[in-house]
Amino acid sequence: MSSIILRRLALSVPLLVVVSAITSLLESFVPGDPARTLLGINATPEQYEALRAALHLDKPFVEQYWLYLTGILHGDFGNSLFSGESVLAVIGQRLPVTLTLVIGATLLSTLVGVLLGVYSATRGRFSRRLIDVVSLLGSALPNFWLALMLMSLFAVRFQLFPATGYTPFAQSPGQWAAGLVLPVVSLSIGGVALISKVTRDAMLSTLARDHIRTLRASGVRPASIIWKHALRGCGMPVATAVGLSAIAFIPGSILVENVFTLPGLGTTVVDATNQHDLPVVQGAAITFTVLVIAVNLLVDVVYSLLNPKVRAA
Amino acid sequence: MTATDPLVSVRPRKRANPLAGIWRRPLTAVALAVVLTVTVAVILAPLLAPHPPLAQDLLHARSGPSGSHPLGTDDLGRDVLSRLLYGGRPALLGTAVAVGVYIVLGMTLGILAGYLRGWTDRVIVAVMDVMLSVPIVILMLAVLAIFSQSNVAAMLTLGVLSSAGLARIIRSACIGLREELFVDAAKVSGLGPVRIMARHIFPGLVGQLLVQVCLFSGIALMVQTGLGFLGLATPPPAPSWGGMVGEASQVIQQSPGLLVVTGGLIGLMSLSFGLLGDGLRDLDQDRRRGISAGARKPGRVPIAKETAETPDTAPDTGVLAVRDYSIAFATAQGPRTVVDSVGFTVHPGEIFGLVGESGSGKTVTGLSLLGLLAPGGTVTGGSAWLAGTRITGLPERELQRIRGKEIALVSQEPMVALDPYFTIGSQLGEVVRRTGGVTGGKDAVRQRVRELLTSVHLRDPDDVARRYPHELSGGMVQRVVIAMALAGSPKVLIADEPTTALDVTVQAGILDLLRSLRDERGMAIVLITHDLGVVADVCDRAIVMEKGRIVEEGPVEDIFYRPRHPYTKKLIASTPSIATTEGRIA
Repeated sequence: MSSIILRRLALSVPLLVVVSAITSLLESFVPGDPARTLLGINATPEQYEALRAALHLDKPFVEQYWLYLTGILHGDFGNSLFSGESVLAVIGQRLPVTLTLVIGATLLSTLVGVLLGVYSATRGRFSRRLIDVVSLLGSALPNFWLALMLMSLFAVRFQLFPATGYTPFAQSPGQWAAGLVLPVVSLSIGGVALISKVTRDAMLSTLARDHIRTLRASGVRPASIIWKHALRGCGMPVATAVGLSAIAFIPGSILVENVFTLPGLGTTVVDATNQHDLPVVQGAAITFTVLVIAVNLLVDVVYSLLNPKVRAA
Repeated sequence: MTATDPLVSVRPRKRANPLAGIWRRPLTAVALAVVLTVTVAVILAPLLAPHPPLAQDLLHARSGPSGSHPLGTDDLGRDVLSRLLYGGRPALLGTAVAVGVYIVLGMTLGILAGYLRGWTDRVIVAVMDVMLSVPIVILMLAVLAIFSQSNVAAMLTLGVLSSAGLARIIRSACIGLREELFVDAAKVSGLGPVRIMARHIFPGLVGQLLVQVCLFSGIALMVQTGLGFLGLATPPPAPSWGGMVGEASQVIQQSPGLLVVTGGLIGLMSLSFGLLGDGLRDLDQDRRRGISAGARKPGRVPIAKETAETPDTAPDTGVLAVRDYSIAFATAQGPRTVVDSVGFTVHPGEIFGLVGESGSGKTVTGLSLLGLLAPGGTVTGGSAWLAGTRITGLPERELQRIRGKEIALVSQEPMVALDPYFTIGSQLGEVVRRTGGVTGGKDAVRQRVRELLTSVHLRDPDDVARRYPHELSGGMVQRVVIAMALAGSPKVLIADEPTTALDVTVQAGILDLLRSLRDERGMAIVLITHDLGVVADVCDRAIVMEKGRIVEEGPVEDIFYRPRHPYTKKLIASTPSIATTEGRIA
């Protein structure tokens, strides 16, 4: 198993280099220069030069990038051009909200998707059609719009949940949870669509396999055949679908956070984009890339746990 | 090379129109109509829009639909319909930019990698792997941080980074096409690789390309409108679909309908793209399989009422009795009878052979006795009786009570017969708890599992119980499967080709085991096989089936020494081992 993890980590190095290089390269396209934008027109030439030096703007691109890369390895992602705060501190502050959303949506969509998929595979033709429609709508309708529709219905019309804003857990766990219901539900819709369909298809093909027939012929209860043996056989495709969904939730959280104005990385990065605050965008890009790598790593680990042949090796 | 290309004659099929047959799929046709209509309307916005998109009429702000404002007005009294028409322009332009790059780059990379192979392929695949893992949306934001409000720059980024997905699909399709006859012919006739790729590979990929383009268009539209919603792609007050959803969200309390209209249009469009892609894929697959789009699905098999429902009396002899038994499967051409009026009786302590070639209906007969016919199969006539109880037509719930306890199965392929994800002990333990009548706790179950594994002559039962099926040999797994079938002490064991998948040396061991189990337990065994050597070796009586009918029946000696039917004679003649085992029969 450790060899799988090592290989995945080795593959992630070029990925991180590419992402950081692209974002750094973009910096050289900045119209005017960030130092000027940041200081405004009243700055003295000394202030201007000092800032340029701090941002390494006086150096050629390759050196700039090298300095940035070595900085990252020392935990230095630079400072926000807008607020002057350390990018790492900003990320540290905002990431937990995003992670809560992504993890919450992954758990919810796995639960609902698997239940729907199994239901659809074991009931008649109507339920199969139903899943087709649910999964088509869930994957084709824009998730920010679905989020707004849910908000319009459950927050504005029926006032069951707060429409926007975030309550820290420490302040009030109840309000924290209530405020997360709609964002997590809207984020998970696309995942439910994918996971339910994959579960349904995997379930149908597993139920047709020989070992299921042996179990049936031995008089094993249908509930055990479906929920224990057949579902276990669907482990790999379902894990793949859950991984793909979790990866889709990462950028999806940007829109959902902005819909519900949650103080996560998504709202931060959109603000930074509007303010040309490249160091923050860059830091967020690397954070998102690391999250994607982490999800892939988890899926690899789950794979090897699910497969007795790999586990034994 | 002139225009008269020698290859035209070698090419296997004409370039099929990917849209052919679309009218037989109403949903796909409607989706195409929606996409075309909306696109044309957006292009013609200056002609169609009743009002300028920015014209404010504060006196009629947030009005509902009316003659002059068919979809009402927004917060500033601007005409919603006109803004939707104009607002589609950045959305569809952005989508078109992304799709254009996606096609050009994806096709180029895919065809180059798939046709040239070698190091070109390796480099492109490596680049694609990285591209596929890049978080695309965040890089689009980085681009927008520099090229402020540039819809085109952002959507170009999306197209470039997504093209790896298309390239991967085109590459594998291309590798398949490369091997086809007409491409070889083109090479022989001296065409250069570029020309072969452009003229002979590309046309074969159009169908798949169109499917991917539709699906990606839906994604691109959602991303573009998402950016618009965030206010990143179109500076206000210019209308854009995403931006209008954002504006509607500001007045969600006052006019919730606005949200439904603006977002609904985006949803309708991306849904249509998705439906169109799915529909085209189905058409493409149908064409490959050579089915017309309207092909009938298999129907249901009608059951002959008088035979299936009229209860006949229990036969007085035999633990298993089959009377006038017929089975049919539903096919697109109507029901097909695979077992036709078969009848036989099996006595306790007897090994009964069900002999025939594949397709003779012997396995189907065996599985139907357990109520385990594959979907689409039905007993259409006659009945089967197990220990005096009619099992044909029993509801599933009743059958579950019988399986494992009264009648059990040993199937053909031991290596796939057990659940690969659970240890032998765990699976066997579950069956023991269910059918073995073990009342005690874990220890009693473990003890019974050990007994069962010992009874099938496995030397180290505790070690076997700890193992997963893939850690055992085929012969050992088959013994485990037999142990599982024995757990409920059934009266009848259906053994479907129990030795076919095994080595010859192992086969004899399994047959010996079946024989000794019969002797010890007085169990009846129905042995389904195509191997007359096996029949000669272990069976007492047998029937020979051909195309669903019984052609020969009786004691094994009679079948071998005095075959009456030409089919049986042919079978015996084609089994070389019989000649040598004949002496043993007598």
